[in-house]
Amino acid sequence: MRAQFVLSEIGVGLRRNLTMTFAVIVSVALSLALFGGSLLMSDQVSTMKGYWYDKVNVSIFLCNKSDAENDANCAKGAVTADQKKQILADLDKMPVVQKVTYESQDEAYKHYKQQFGDSPLASSLTPDQMQESYRIKLKNPEQYKVIASAFNGRDGVQSVQDQKGILDNLFGLLNLMNNAALGVMALMLVVALLLIVNTVRVSAFSRRRETGIMRLVGASGFYIQAPFIMEAAVAGLIGGGLACVFLVVGRYFTIDHGMALSAKLTLINFVGWDAVLTKLPLILAASVLMPALAAFFALRKYLKV
Amino acid sequence: MIRFDSVSKVYPKQTRPALRDVSLEVEKGEFVFLVGSSGSGKSTFLRLVLREERCSHGQVHVLGKDLARLSNWKVPQMRRQLGTVFQDFRLLPNKTVAENVAFAQEVIGKSRGEIRKSVPQVLDLVGLGGKEGRMPGELSGGEQQRVAIARAFVNRPKLLIADEPTGNLDPQTSVGIMKLLDRINRTGTTVIMATHDQNIVDQMRKRVIELEKGRLVRDQARGVYGYQH
Repeated sequence: MRAQFVLSEIGVGLRRNLTMTFAVIVSVALSLALFGGSLLMSDQVSTMKGYWYDKVNVSIFLCNKSDAENDANCAKGAVTADQKKQILADLDKMPVVQKVTYESQDEAYKHYKQQFGDSPLASSLTPDQMQESYRIKLKNPEQYKVIASAFNGRDGVQSVQDQKGILDNLFGLLNLMNNAALGVMALMLVVALLLIVNTVRVSAFSRRRETGIMRLVGASGFYIQAPFIMEAAVAGLIGGGLACVFLVVGRYFTIDHGMALSAKLTLINFVGWDAVLTKLPLILAASVLMPALAAFFALRKYLKV
Repeated sequence: MIRFDSVSKVYPKQTRPALRDVSLEVEKGEFVFLVGSSGSGKSTFLRLVLREERCSHGQVHVLGKDLARLSNWKVPQMRRQLGTVFQDFRLLPNKTVAENVAFAQEVIGKSRGEIRKSVPQVLDLVGLGGKEGRMPGELSGGEQQRVAIARAFVNRPKLLIADEPTGNLDPQTSVGIMKLLDRINRTGTTVIMATHDQNIVDQMRKRVIELEKGRLVRDQARGVYGYQH
């Protein structure tokens, strides 16, 4: 097969269906940009999970004197030294626990001062108003419930608090957004594929004279189909390239510059450029393969070989 | 070259067969006219030879191959040994004469050197030397048909199939086309030509095969157009 002949056929075909080609390019670009965006989003969520779950603890807050008066859980009075010893011994026996640290009232007061030192509430606090607590690091942060069921309601325990629960709400929201993006992507992809099928149909129809002659003189099926498939692949590749540009530019303007989220939200560590770059080959491959396959199947229907 | 063994063809959704129990043989180097009124089965016959269709019953052998057992991907190879010419020429309007002829070689992967050599040769053969750069629209009907014949012949097929090649041409031009086909036949190429043109058949005195309502009703060496009993 002569490459130049095939290339010129592709060029002619793409130009003949310029509006269709444009529609294919745009829809492929948008759907794959969304695809890449949502891949990055889930990367972002999992790096954030890794980062934050590593730092979160399950805390067992123990009753202090004022709790004993105000809190129903602490009706039997402030925690005693025996109770504390028992709790610590039980925690040590639990296999899910990785590490336990004790925070005394003084330490709690100090940490509070560090965090909220300037607030008027902080200045009115005294150490004995703070709660003693055990900060428990779990081997697997998902296993919070084991601790909760073992210690909730026990004498001297005011509450068991899982910091992960707070984060999970945030991650849930991010996942929801991610799924919405995936849904839009799926729709755009269907649109793109339908457009490709239609483009191939139109282009097979407008070239039926050529393909008929090719068939008569004994061109192979592949030779007849190749220009159509390559056309779809080339249009797809241009769309995929645009999607890559969208992703790179998008990251640049939301995170690094422009909106500059990385400077404003220092608590979140954003996915790096490497995560973005590893998505690009995937997007390019998808942008070539999917249109080519769509064209191939469309040709089986609309082009006699 | 071509052998039909009790071949029938029924198109889907049609009760009347387009061909009924046709048996015949065409030898290498023959010139055969295929005659019969519209709907007699001439086109079906040619479509079976080209394997555009498969027969419903019987066996079709072309160039020694049983077409029923020829797998789809081998069909192009088979068609490269056939040349086809049609009433409506089927030229590409946006390509020059030379490009139209070269197209038949490009799509089967001939090298540029071969194409550059064989295209002027075959255009000379059909009497279009010097008109390589013209567009089909600038040519007369007879000249366009010569381009089509050049394209059909450029790959040196063993069998040339012509479906009413003179159907759109005036009698004088038709004679020229027939002379050309006769010349191609003399190079050893088998020619099968479906036609309604009585004058041509009567003048050429070649083998005549007549179909009527799908049946073979006459197979006559050195025959004429009408019935001769």
